[in-house]
Amino acid sequence: MSLLKSFFLLVGLMVCAASEPSFAQSGPEALRPLINGLAEGKYAETEKQIGALVATGDPAVAPALEALGEGDLYVRKSDGAVFIATKAGKGYALTDPLTLEQAGEAGRRDVSKIKVNNKLRRVLRSALGSLTLMAADPQVRMAAAEAIFKARDPDGIEALDAALAAETDDGVRKVMEEARAAAVLNSDLDEPQKLDAVQTLSVMGNRDALSLLIGVQSSAGGAVRDAATQAVTRIQKSIAAWDAAQNIWYGLSLGSVLLLAAIGLAITFGVMGVINMAHGEMVMIGAYVTFVVQELIRTSAPGLFDYSLFIALPLAFLTSGVIGVAIERGVIRWLYGRPLETLLATWGISLMLQQAVRSIFGPTNQEVGNPDWMSGAFEIGQMTITYNRMWIIVFAMLVFAGLMLVLKKTPFGLYTRAVTQNRRMAASMGIRTPWVDAMTFGLGSGIAGIAGVALSQIDNVSPNLGQGYIIDSFMVVVFGGVGNLWGTLVGAMTLGIVNKFLEPYAGAVLGKIFVLVFIILFIQKRPRGLFALKGRAVEA
Amino acid sequence: MMTSFLFRALDARAGIFLAIMAAAIILVPAANLLAPEGSAFHVPNYAVTLMGKYLTYALLALAVDLVWGYCGILSLGHAAFFALGGYAMGMYLMRQIGTRGVYGDPNLPDFMVFLNWQELPWYWYGFDMFWFAALMVLLVPGFLAFVFGWFAFRSRVTGVYLSIITQALTYALLLAFFRNDMGFGGNNGLTDFKDILGFDIQADTTRAGLFAASGVALVLCFIICRALTRSKLGKVLVAVRDAESRTRFLGYRVEHYKLFVWTLSAMMAGIAGALYVPQVGIINPGEFAPANSIEVVIWVAVGGRGTLVGAVLGAVLVNFAKTWFTGALPDIWLFALGGLFVFVTLFLPKGIVGTVSQGWTALRQRKVSAAYEAGSDVPPGAPPQSPGATANVSATKPNPTPSASAGAEPQPAE
Repeated sequence: MSLLKSFFLLVGLMVCAASEPSFAQSGPEALRPLINGLAEGKYAETEKQIGALVATGDPAVAPALEALGEGDLYVRKSDGAVFIATKAGKGYALTDPLTLEQAGEAGRRDVSKIKVNNKLRRVLRSALGSLTLMAADPQVRMAAAEAIFKARDPDGIEALDAALAAETDDGVRKVMEEARAAAVLNSDLDEPQKLDAVQTLSVMGNRDALSLLIGVQSSAGGAVRDAATQAVTRIQKSIAAWDAAQNIWYGLSLGSVLLLAAIGLAITFGVMGVINMAHGEMVMIGAYVTFVVQELIRTSAPGLFDYSLFIALPLAFLTSGVIGVAIERGVIRWLYGRPLETLLATWGISLMLQQAVRSIFGPTNQEVGNPDWMSGAFEIGQMTITYNRMWIIVFAMLVFAGLMLVLKKTPFGLYTRAVTQNRRMAASMGIRTPWVDAMTFGLGSGIAGIAGVALSQIDNVSPNLGQGYIIDSFMVVVFGGVGNLWGTLVGAMTLGIVNKFLEPYAGAVLGKIFVLVFIILFIQKRPRGLFALKGRAVEA
Repeated sequence: MMTSFLFRALDARAGIFLAIMAAAIILVPAANLLAPEGSAFHVPNYAVTLMGKYLTYALLALAVDLVWGYCGILSLGHAAFFALGGYAMGMYLMRQIGTRGVYGDPNLPDFMVFLNWQELPWYWYGFDMFWFAALMVLLVPGFLAFVFGWFAFRSRVTGVYLSIITQALTYALLLAFFRNDMGFGGNNGLTDFKDILGFDIQADTTRAGLFAASGVALVLCFIICRALTRSKLGKVLVAVRDAESRTRFLGYRVEHYKLFVWTLSAMMAGIAGALYVPQVGIINPGEFAPANSIEVVIWVAVGGRGTLVGAVLGAVLVNFAKTWFTGALPDIWLFALGGLFVFVTLFLPKGIVGTVSQGWTALRQRKVSAAYEAGSDVPPGAPPQSPGATANVSATKPNPTPSASAGAEPQPAE
């Protein structure tokens, strides 16, 4: 129980330190004999020495203890001085454990490692935890509390109590309480305390708490066991709900990717009855535009990097749009009334575009960076939400809304809808259908381009980028029905969510196969998709 | 009855084709096996295998031409049937390895030993017998096509929608066969074959035999297709292609015709796959790739859809070009293939054979009409029927100025 004693000492010191910070500043030289003492004798003595070091309560001893835990602490044979050593060439580079300054080099035979066993490692872990529990930086305190939570060391309880008394940050306080609860459950304290701890963990309600409580369930008895059982069922329920929420979120995220990829296809298919097999390549071109923009920014104006996507968006729209119009004017307009031939011709174009990009940029993946505001993640309850997925959902919705606005509120949109519903009648009313075709094709391709900007953030930018999305986008269009953007939205989101819900049970690949088979069957039932255009034609 | 059915298959063009095929089937193996190495007539082994591969591709193209060219069903998933036939044959060849595999397991193929499988899955039973495997080569693709077609045609899924779901079909199979748990070797597929029907699969004679078998299969399937399309049933198919609703309103069960020809075509694709696998020595899920199916369609388009011979010609020509390009100018190949897609759809909608025969017909018509105008004793009326009558409907344009003789005489095509 020498360790426990040292903890009491430490607690005393820490309470003093809290009230009078200057007390613990004993200076590096006062600590040196204690540090050097680590190298003397067997494990038991080392353990005692660790206790003494911790008892000083000086954060300066932390690097030495950390190094000891990792097996980087060495003793110089000539004078018994202790150093942190890292391999350098044939010997070791020495670092002073207290001042962290370079302390020359030593040959391989001049120093010897201070050995640690698992028991010592455990001691070190909790010792470091309690040392850092009082650190000034709340992040460090948080990390220390989390370390104790993982170690579940009952010896940490006193240190935590002391730290809790001094803690001001609510977030850190909560983690500390949870860590304390975890430690209490592992200790031989009495029942009421343990019941409190179970309560705390039950409120905590995440997977860590769950696995802890399941452990308690099997080891404890009596009231604690019952309380743990209750808490476990409660947590399992809430985790299941959070899992469902997370799946829906992933599904929405996949759905918005599909929506971005498919929406342009849906427009061109709706208006012209033409399947554009080169649509995926428009997405790919959009992604490559992003890459080029980022490269230019990197070399000429690194400060603009965070805005690179905003610069890339209009450029990608224009590039893909112009290529789209060129394809329409150059090839597709000669093939009207022959949708199957159009399919083949656009497939040929897609092959050429792929090869062109491969020849220019090379076949390998290109590095497209995430701006700061797109990297990282935050948590809601038990869900992790990454910023890039979130922004893509937002972006997809914006694109959808913008497109809706264009189609419903502008003259161009009116013409487009008229041609979609009845091409001949629209032509008779004086709408220049070839112009509408070209513009629609350009618009659809342009949207594919900006979809590429978004996809460059979550996918590999390679010449094959578009291929990966083309079949999925077809499925969305076919499932949702043509000529109706809502159909595309519902189709994309449904397929995304269904896919993500099947994944945990069936695996990603089998889930995808199920979705494909489902669509094949669905088409039998509704050959024109979910939101079919109403009309009287015998054959479309 | 049967003879007349088959006899109808033969005309000048089919005759030329069959003669060329017969010559190839006899001469290529002979030149490979009999002519001494180094002589001008010797055909090297790799060329025999390569040509054998082309012939199986040609058979696949023939199958696609039957449904696309004559029935208007653009299948973007025929490679699925091809690969299924190939897998059925591959399974037979795997069972023939016996204890000669790397692990030497008498009962399990190597990949199953590797994956720690304890016993043979039930669907591998029977594949150690050739007749069973051969039956499966026909039945598995046929059954899949029947079920798929039954649903699709009954609910009148047509045009682009049908093309897309055929692509979904092959894509789903691609993903499925990539899975190790399917029991078909996953990513690596089936390979390392040793012998077929007791003959060493690497031996020159076996290779020549496989070439000849591919040629014979192609010829037989060609005759069947030819007879079929020139029969009454073939006429109905063309009617379905050109005006599906009208055919239905005339009282034909359109979906039955489609289903029949679709299933037949899938079986032919299966045969092609089964002959392909022993010649290339491997079958893996890559064969299911949607891009492969689309490529087959372009072979048919290049040769001329709805002209059977054209499908064969297109498959051989495009694949020969592919072999040459990927060897000599690998970077250019995709440009060339893509350009071919665009060029053929824009400028050669009838394909090579269609365009040539159209020009031929036009020439003959011009001769006839010139002779008629010169006052010779060629009787008016009865325009000379070209063999590919369906392909050149648009070639005989209606007479712009109504003539005295009821417009029955042939008009020179511009």
